[in-house]
Amino acid sequence: MNETLGTLLIIAFVILGVLHVAPGLIWLERRLLALWQDRYGPNRVGPFGLFQVLADAIKMFFKEDWIPPFADKATFILAPCIINVTALTAFAVIPFAPGWSVVDMSVGLLFFLAMSSLGVYSVTLAGWASNNKYSLLGGLRASAQMLGYEVFMGLSLMGVVLMSGTFNLAKIVEAQQNTIWYCVPQFLGMMLFLIAGIAETHRLPFDLPEAEAELIAGFHSEYSSMKFGMFFIGEYIGITLISCLMTVLYFGGWDGPTFGISEGLALKLVQFGWFAAKTFVFLCLFILLRASFCRPRYDQLIAFGWKIMLPLSLANLLITGAALLALE
Amino acid sequence: MLSLIKTMWLVFLHSFSRRETTQYPDEMPYYPPRWRGRIVLTRDPDGEERCVACNLCAVACPVACISLQATEDEHGRRYPDFFRINFSRCIFCGYCEEACPTYAIQLTPDFEVSEYRRKNLVYEKEDLLISGPGKYPGYNFYRVAGLAIKGKGKGEAECEEPPVDPHSLLP
Amino acid sequence: MAKLLIDGKQYEAEAGQNLLHVCLSLGLNLPYFCWHPALGSVGACRQCAVKQYRDENDKQGRLVMSCMTPVTEGMVITLEDPDSKEFRATIIESLMTNHPHDCPICDEGGECHLQDMTVMTGHNYRGYRFKKRTFNNQYLGPFINHEMNRCITCYRCVRFYHDYAGGGDLAAFASKNHVYFGRHEDGALESEFSGNLVEVCPTGVFTDKTLKEHYTRKWDLQTAPSVCVHCAQGCNTIPGERYGEIRRILNRYHGEVNGYFLCDRGRFGYSFVNAATRIREPRLRRAKEGALESVTKQALLAELGAAFKDREKVIGIGSPRASLEGNFALKTLVGDSRFFAGVADKEAKLVSLALEILQDGPARSASLKDVERCDAVLVLGEDLTNTSPRLALSLRQLVRNAPLGLAAKAGIPDWHDLAAREIIQDEKGPCFIATAAATRLDDIAAETYHAAPEDLARLGFAVAHALDPEAPRVADLSPDAAALAARIAEALRSAKRPLVVSGTSLGSEAVLEAAANVAWALSKEGQGADLSLVVPECNSLGLALLAEGGIGRALEAVKKGEADTLVILENDLYRRAPKKAVDELLDTAKRVIVVDHTEHATTAKAAALLPAGTFAESDGTLVSNEGRMQRFFQVFVPKGEIQESWRWLRELMLAAGFGERVAGWNSLTDVHHAMLEAQADLAAVTAAAPDPSFRVTGLKIPRQPHRYSGRTAMNAHINIHEQKPPEDPDSPLTFSMEGFLGRAPSPLVTRFWAPGWNSVQALTRFQEEVAGPLRGGDPGVRLIEPAPDARKSYHSHIPAAHQPSDGELLLVPLHQIFGSEALSALSPAIEQRTAKAALALSAEDSKRLAVADGDEVEVTICGLPRRLPARVVASLPKGVAGAPVGLPDLPSVVSLPERVRANKAVVR
Repeated sequence: MNETLGTLLIIAFVILGVLHVAPGLIWLERRLLALWQDRYGPNRVGPFGLFQVLADAIKMFFKEDWIPPFADKATFILAPCIINVTALTAFAVIPFAPGWSVVDMSVGLLFFLAMSSLGVYSVTLAGWASNNKYSLLGGLRASAQMLGYEVFMGLSLMGVVLMSGTFNLAKIVEAQQNTIWYCVPQFLGMMLFLIAGIAETHRLPFDLPEAEAELIAGFHSEYSSMKFGMFFIGEYIGITLISCLMTVLYFGGWDGPTFGISEGLALKLVQFGWFAAKTFVFLCLFILLRASFCRPRYDQLIAFGWKIMLPLSLANLLITGAALLALE
Repeated sequence: MLSLIKTMWLVFLHSFSRRETTQYPDEMPYYPPRWRGRIVLTRDPDGEERCVACNLCAVACPVACISLQATEDEHGRRYPDFFRINFSRCIFCGYCEEACPTYAIQLTPDFEVSEYRRKNLVYEKEDLLISGPGKYPGYNFYRVAGLAIKGKGKGEAECEEPPVDPHSLLP
Repeated sequence: MAKLLIDGKQYEAEAGQNLLHVCLSLGLNLPYFCWHPALGSVGACRQCAVKQYRDENDKQGRLVMSCMTPVTEGMVITLEDPDSKEFRATIIESLMTNHPHDCPICDEGGECHLQDMTVMTGHNYRGYRFKKRTFNNQYLGPFINHEMNRCITCYRCVRFYHDYAGGGDLAAFASKNHVYFGRHEDGALESEFSGNLVEVCPTGVFTDKTLKEHYTRKWDLQTAPSVCVHCAQGCNTIPGERYGEIRRILNRYHGEVNGYFLCDRGRFGYSFVNAATRIREPRLRRAKEGALESVTKQALLAELGAAFKDREKVIGIGSPRASLEGNFALKTLVGDSRFFAGVADKEAKLVSLALEILQDGPARSASLKDVERCDAVLVLGEDLTNTSPRLALSLRQLVRNAPLGLAAKAGIPDWHDLAAREIIQDEKGPCFIATAAATRLDDIAAETYHAAPEDLARLGFAVAHALDPEAPRVADLSPDAAALAARIAEALRSAKRPLVVSGTSLGSEAVLEAAANVAWALSKEGQGADLSLVVPECNSLGLALLAEGGIGRALEAVKKGEADTLVILENDLYRRAPKKAVDELLDTAKRVIVVDHTEHATTAKAAALLPAGTFAESDGTLVSNEGRMQRFFQVFVPKGEIQESWRWLRELMLAAGFGERVAGWNSLTDVHHAMLEAQADLAAVTAAAPDPSFRVTGLKIPRQPHRYSGRTAMNAHINIHEQKPPEDPDSPLTFSMEGFLGRAPSPLVTRFWAPGWNSVQALTRFQEEVAGPLRGGDPGVRLIEPAPDARKSYHSHIPAAHQPSDGELLLVPLHQIFGSEALSALSPAIEQRTAKAALALSAEDSKRLAVADGDEVEVTICGLPRRLPARVVASLPKGVAGAPVGLPDLPSVVSLPERVRANKAVVR
């Protein structure tokens, strides 16, 4: 009973938390981009312009929700839901603190990979259902990109799995607590995962599916109102998810000084605090990337994935395996 | 790869640089007198309309947002019967000011031209006329033009001889 | 042709022609002021200097005035060398020392030859620091504004006004730097061609006073090619519109018709288009005695459609001032047998006679240019200055040009104006004028003859007999007249190209027949003859081609009960037939429907009024008295329900339910095709101008100049959302500034403008050669060509001589250029120049009646008793009196000549 209640609490916490982090991120992104571009960013509505997001959300809700007459209606509506569902579901396996996860799954990492692969359906279907050549091109780009980057994303993680000997995310964190944060031994793997993660979320510089200079707005050209908003939110949930995983897989998850607190809720809160802080840093990194880089050409992007990243991740796997064998 | 990281670092360093933008409207920026903002019609030093309805501003306007009609008072002084600027079309290029031979039309540093109804952006002569000479305080076109108006007969303008008597054959 | 080298490039040009003429014809830019293609060269302004070299090896060269230098074989010149360029810039600079700082308030600004030339020479800063010379202006009447300060002393005004147009009251005064162009005192310019000063003056000294009332720059005027509707000459015009009003009329050069000049009636008579008396919405009289109420188009058509079912009972009355298309639509509406010309039967007969003479006879119908090419003329019965002013100006040129042979003999080319005139001195081409009273052309006549219409005809018959003994002899001719006839015959016979001018204005068939006899007798002589017959209105000949019979026939039909509904097209019947007859006609008919653009006595009696477009608001075709079919194009889209007459008539037919034939009339071309099917002699109508599908490089031709301003503001106070420009299904022109910007084909030239040439002088860029035909041929199609071998028998009905009978006067119609034509008379400017109605009496008769100038006389004219002031006209023969035609204060002077009795009015 108590356990079920705890799980439900965590589910509620995850859903509400993540769904609020996403809009918060919008504000954060706009403020940070402004900071790095020597501007102020939104600072008029509410303290520090925080309510700007609220205003935007209200606007988004009340805009005309228009489905083009030439679109495939059912798919058109379904597409934005998929991205949210898959991204949120993937959060189920994230351990925020010891014992704080929706499910403590032994194949947690595989589950995450599965969910993030499913996410591509959202974009592809949205592009297809819009029945618009620009949208379709965006959707096709997204699927090609996902295909390319998914492969080495999985491979890059295998280094971590080899070292920890488990797919369970909580156990991976514990393994790091016992040894060393994997960002050191798995530096290459971490870089590969980061790049793959950016590509997975179609963030700049890998936002070719929506490349507004060429494709209007790519797969979501025809979307308006909250359907567009859901793509928007989905993207930010994706960013949060990748940041969480970076923390869990390479930066010791909740690991950090506990300031002498050794038990109870307080300990868990401190541990969660560490987890959140690390995640926040990666979120900021994502935004910094956007502020710094321009978009590569599409063929460069695909070639980069297949010709450089894939061999590198295989090499990483090989070296890690060899090193482990040697150490044994 | 290094250059990428350098880029990120340089961008990150901007966290500590000064903001280029100002906090308008709390902080009003300085606008130079020759700023090209809202258009006005000025008056000559005698308080009369400077515009002589020559149509040059209208023809210079690349968006054709100036429309006027010339008329004359009983003494032959020409002025605009109506003078209309459609600010919803104006691009504030300043060509009209450039073209104006009498310094009548001038652009001012007021750029806060916004309305909820487009129709309110159509300014008639009454809306455009100001009571002073604007940027060129001394100029009075009719003092240098050859046309006679009330209070200035032939040969009474600047740099003019008195009218010739055509009946005289003297040199 | 001579080869010459200009700036290193080889050209070919006519040897002997002046160099300026040649350069401009070749499309080169060379500034000039005093030269004018119609006035010739005088070499006064020194502006057109170029450098001439002995041969290609000569590096020195010398400056010559191109307008004074004839082209010779192998000539080498340059326009671009620094010396001549500097010379030209210096000339401009000195001209500009006294030019006022006026351009912004000058009406010439933007179409000023001086501006163009100043820019062309590159003089842009005033270096002269001293005071400017000034002048006082003069009042020159309601047409012309005077601003003497702007004068650059090119003398073109006086050379046109005095030398070319024969005006006596504009001259150069004073001397040196004080030369003043004006009248001896304030007052209206007397010449009927004073309006041309606006175009002749290269700067803003003489400007259009009617334009000043609602001044608009050239670049803001929407313009379209048009044809003047104020007389039958068919002069080409360019009306300009802004804000829904016609602002001015400019001359549109036509090599064969009006050339460079218009008369003042044509130029200043446009105000009726803007008048308050315009009909702008459909009106309906619901009760017989009720007033006309404005109704919607739908309501009107529903009402009329229902009342119109019985087509057999409808009569159509056409109009000589409506387009062919309008008249044809009415003819289609009522059927051939029930369509009548909207003129008195007598006038219809006269015009038909004129048409027959031109169509079937061997004499060629002369264009105005032909008139200028002739070298002897007999004017029979026509006061040209008042009935067809532009023809009078051409006649003046005939007289001036005929002796140019003297100059040629001395080796002086025609264009060398000053020298040629010096040789000619007072020599004049033989011109004989036989009219009822003195005319404004008498000063150029070799001999004049003033007599009653019968006697004029007898003189004509006598001349014909003198030329060809086979022509009928005139019995009992007075010895004076016989001697005169012999002299005229001799002069005409010895001319290379004789001309006979006559017309319908005296209302005499005999005069027309006599003129025809003279022309035919001359044709028989071998050298051929030109014949110019003046008809009353702009489309009189066109109407004569469509209709037989006039108002009288219509009245008969109505009286007999054959018809009860009248459809009157653009016509005030009270100006055409006696009041009694028109009253009877309008009162007998059950329903009177009038399609017209302006209110008048007839519209006041209408049961329904349909607002038609004027010449400026519709497209159409007119037939001039030369027999030239010319298209006029719509200038602007009017507000309200105004539309072309043929569109109203079509809608009427559709509403009445018998419109199957006209349902397909969607554009003017559809009407033309129907016309072509119905009447083969009008087939040329499609050739008068390109049809609406015509495109240049896929584009229509814009009516608005490419600098047209204010598009996004002119209607912003009414509607902030800009409307799309109106479509024009009837012509290849658009109501917009977008379209083909190059040189359009000649019938579609909407304005004369070329890069660097903003003034009317840009015209040279549109001509094949300066003063030659427009590029691609002058517009219009001649319907009437002579039948050279026709052996028409002479007219032999010679009237008896006029016998002054005791107490009775023969009242003849006297036309006035200002006032006699209905539409132009509505213009305030024309109104100011309109002389008050007066009864012209001969000296003898005034003595007999004991009246002096200005005394009131009682007389019954056309059945209506009148009191008119007397005007003693010494030239009137005894027993002949004259009444003005068509004056606003004396309407219903129709069906003259007639015999009347006049008495001195008792002063009450």
